[in-house]
Amino acid sequence: MDNIAGKSSGLKWAVNISVALLVIAWLIPTVGLFVSSFRDRDQITASGWWNAPFSVELTYRTRANDGEPVQEGDLWVVEGNIFATSEVAEAFASGEASITAFGVTGREPTAYPAGTEGETRDGGTLTVNADGSYRYTTAETPDDRGLRIYFGAATPPDFTMDNYLTILTAQTTEEREEAYAEGQSFWEILSDENGVFRNFINTFTVTIPSTIIPILIAAFAAYALAWMDFPGRGLLIACIVGLLVVPLQLALVPLLNLHNQIGIGQSFVGIWLAHTGFGLPLAIYLLRNYMVGLPRDIIESAKVDGATDFQIFTKIILPLSFPALASFAIFQFLWTWNDLLVAKVFLPSDDASKVMTVRIADDLLGSRGGDWGILAAAAFVSIAVPVLVFFTMQRYLVRGLLAGSVK
Amino acid sequence: MSPLLQGVITIVVGVFGCVGYFYAANLILDKVIFPPRGPQAGRNINRATAVRPWLFLFPAIFALSLYLVYPVIGSLWRSMHNRAGDEFIGLDNYGFLFGDPEFLQALLNNALWALVVPAAATFLGLLVAQLTDRLSWGNIAKSLIFMPMAISFVGASLIWKFVYAGDPDIGIINAMRDVIGLDPMDPVQVPFWNNFFLMAILVWIQTGFAMVILSAALRGIPEETVEAAIIDGANPFQLFFKIKVPQIMGTIVVVWTTITILVLKVFDIVYTMTGGNFGTQILPSYMMSFMFRDDGRATAVAVVIMIVVLPVMIWNIRQAQKEMR
Repeated sequence: MDNIAGKSSGLKWAVNISVALLVIAWLIPTVGLFVSSFRDRDQITASGWWNAPFSVELTYRTRANDGEPVQEGDLWVVEGNIFATSEVAEAFASGEASITAFGVTGREPTAYPAGTEGETRDGGTLTVNADGSYRYTTAETPDDRGLRIYFGAATPPDFTMDNYLTILTAQTTEEREEAYAEGQSFWEILSDENGVFRNFINTFTVTIPSTIIPILIAAFAAYALAWMDFPGRGLLIACIVGLLVVPLQLALVPLLNLHNQIGIGQSFVGIWLAHTGFGLPLAIYLLRNYMVGLPRDIIESAKVDGATDFQIFTKIILPLSFPALASFAIFQFLWTWNDLLVAKVFLPSDDASKVMTVRIADDLLGSRGGDWGILAAAAFVSIAVPVLVFFTMQRYLVRGLLAGSVK
Repeated sequence: MSPLLQGVITIVVGVFGCVGYFYAANLILDKVIFPPRGPQAGRNINRATAVRPWLFLFPAIFALSLYLVYPVIGSLWRSMHNRAGDEFIGLDNYGFLFGDPEFLQALLNNALWALVVPAAATFLGLLVAQLTDRLSWGNIAKSLIFMPMAISFVGASLIWKFVYAGDPDIGIINAMRDVIGLDPMDPVQVPFWNNFFLMAILVWIQTGFAMVILSAALRGIPEETVEAAIIDGANPFQLFFKIKVPQIMGTIVVVWTTITILVLKVFDIVYTMTGGNFGTQILPSYMMSFMFRDDGRATAVAVVIMIVVLPVMIWNIRQAQKEMR
């Protein structure tokens, strides 16, 4: 077909390139945040994620307090290494950084390139080399605090899991180390009330019953609508098609009031029931469409052999409908996992009962607004599971989509 | 870990409850109420067959009426009451809405969303579906473009907030502006156009959906029509616009309406990106600004959303009925 279509090789190239560009455009936003979730927070603000594999130039300040002043003529000379000074020693413990420029005032922290001689405020000289060694001279007796030096250092890329650990446990690196020192296990730290790990578990708690229960109810109903003959069947199917598009917004207020009246209130039970109700139309619709297509012969010969409807359903229809059941299960799983609206309304509003989406949208975006490393990590904790499900079960998802909208 | 335990118990109770209900109900029907023996065996079998569908349907019908039908009526009723819910005030809530400039803005923006997002997503989806159709790595490309479907609207908003970030060392948009010498800007705060920047997020998510369905439709086109057109000398563009597109028009309409319905319900993106500020309010997020504060007005907005969706609903039912014949 391709060659008789008169497609020139030029056109083929154009197609390849434009698809490549589209794919890249589609991936860039996700990749950007994904890369950032592994970067050190100082590096995120200092250079774009597209520069992540390269060294980052960060500006530091320190006091030259590691060298002993030596008198040479009427001048005092101090020599030492910047990376060893107490204010920055910890940041450069790995010893891979190199200095690009230095300065003596906060206004111009990188006034002189490394290796050149600069002038200090009291008229002396200061030289800082790329390897961190420095030498300064002064006419006055230096005090113990040492000279204030600003410098720009190229720090090698720093990829870490710190953002993930911080967001999951709600404790900073130092707090976690303290907790370890006190003898707490990783699991105990992870179980912290305020950590996002709690919300991650909550999401599972909401999602799994909300996926399984509607499937069961819908499968029986779908069988009745597909293979049993009774008055009003057409009308019922039409109703279900209509209910497919009822906006959830309508259900929020009346159902919350109902839940409050019957004593469920805002709770996990409430959200399970709500998701079950909201998922049913699609479940029944998808399953019925699939079951109608099953071969009539099998069902009729089973009936002739004396099988009851219940037996036909459990022994023939259910196993044969597995692909449709899987499709709907994936839909419902993705939908309940990613839902923000229902969780916001039907779950209590304290941090410990929030699901991931609500925690991110209502809490983290406000309190951690500019802290991109943390936000990115939180986003990917919540994205990881559905994306994994998506890639492993894509076949069923596509099949379900097609059954739902193409006839 | 108590909610976790509660979850496990619910799964067990729910699953066994459902299975138990269906099994027991069938058993009682067959053995106790209409046993297929004795003088009326024949009549009993017929009766049992007439009742059984309703046994199978009962839990679904019950849940659907409680969770979808009752709320429609409940919301309509509630929207005609005041904030406390104890006084009937007729259409006053609706009167308030149509006098509120923010509501009118939300209505206008929603119309814009409902026009732009389905059009853009369907167009891009069709484009990708056609381009990847004969490509050796087409399936990988499709799967990558389809991937945002799995990401929550909240996650997607966060991803795009990062793209739109004002600092040229963080947001890639501003980094590009920086390279060509423009000042950094915040796309989310540019009046009017910020709506389109938010819509881009939903288009990004929905293009994959459109692509998957349209791609299957393109594959379903009879080869003969394409071959005939090629023999008649059609170029690739004529082939696409004059032969293929008209044949999948039905599917395009389905995709378009499905995305339109979704657009009318999504509140997450606006809520996460701007909270409805900077003139980006849409109806679902406008409703959330009343949720937990004034149920009367919140339900009134919900009813307006329902009325907007109603034509699509009727059209859907018509289509379904046509197919059943």
